[in-house]
Amino acid sequence: MASVQALTERERELLNRYQRDFPLEPRPYAAMAEGLDMSEDDLLAMLRDLTVRGILGRVGATVRPNSAGASTLAALAVPPARLDAVAAQVSALSAVNHNSARVHDFNLWFVVTAGDDAGIDRALAEIEAATGLSPIKLPLEAEYHIDLGFTL
Amino acid sequence: MDHRLLARLADGLPLASRPYAEIGRELDLSEDAVIGRIRRLAEGGVIRRFGLIVRHHELGYQANAMSVWDVPDDQVDALGTDLAAYPFVTLCYRRRRQLPRWPYNLFAMVHGKERSQVQSQVEQLNEQLALGHLPHHVLFSTKRYKQSAARFAGALSKAG
Repeated sequence: MASVQALTERERELLNRYQRDFPLEPRPYAAMAEGLDMSEDDLLAMLRDLTVRGILGRVGATVRPNSAGASTLAALAVPPARLDAVAAQVSALSAVNHNSARVHDFNLWFVVTAGDDAGIDRALAEIEAATGLSPIKLPLEAEYHIDLGFTL
Repeated sequence: MDHRLLARLADGLPLASRPYAEIGRELDLSEDAVIGRIRRLAEGGVIRRFGLIVRHHELGYQANAMSVWDVPDDQVDALGTDLAAYPFVTLCYRRRRQLPRWPYNLFAMVHGKERSQVQSQVEQLNEQLALGHLPHHVLFSTKRYKQSAARFAGALSKAG
């Protein structure tokens, strides 16, 4: 299991405050720094450090599914002895952006994105050809939650 | 242009004093235009959240369960709305079944620090929403192989 990292109080405050409502103004980091009573340079250094430690993925957007192309959840039932090898084959596709093992007969779960649905089907066909395993395709029909980030 | 902007944001906003101006130079837009487009995409609901994207796993939120239920089609929207109201449910979706291999149509993600805590939260959902009698499964995550921003390339290409 990966090591668990501790946050300083100031890091926690930063991460809890700016998972949403990131400043849309020319110098956003300066605005954030002011709220946290630190300098812009120190705040940028803190964000770089959190990135290096793997805690901050990026500053960016979460996008409503299927508004900028097509995506689907998909899964494979992989013989356990092949799981890591098949996972590497699936991860190698740039169309795959999340890929995890889970406890179930369907033990490899991944998200496929493409410009359109035909692109998704091509990616799934490529996975089937490479692995000899037939993916299930479980496209989104409705979403019920509102993404507000996650309080740490 | 919005597609190009979203694709650029998938790489992350630069950690620099004038990040929108930097993106603007790459996309041949003014700083104001970049900010204005992000604001419109957020107000229009295309961008659902704009800010720090945290990798929870590194902070000890290592238990992550995907709970799935096979719910009659005429009940799934009401149950999904109820599920989404629980603070520990971080994602909640209806997905198309793939019969006969996959009968489940309602998905909820629950994140926590300990598997036992996540398990009891799922049991709470089953009891309080009377979901326990429906066919269901809890799929704990055991290993993450890849986690990156979505890339909506039209053509399929190998990473790296």
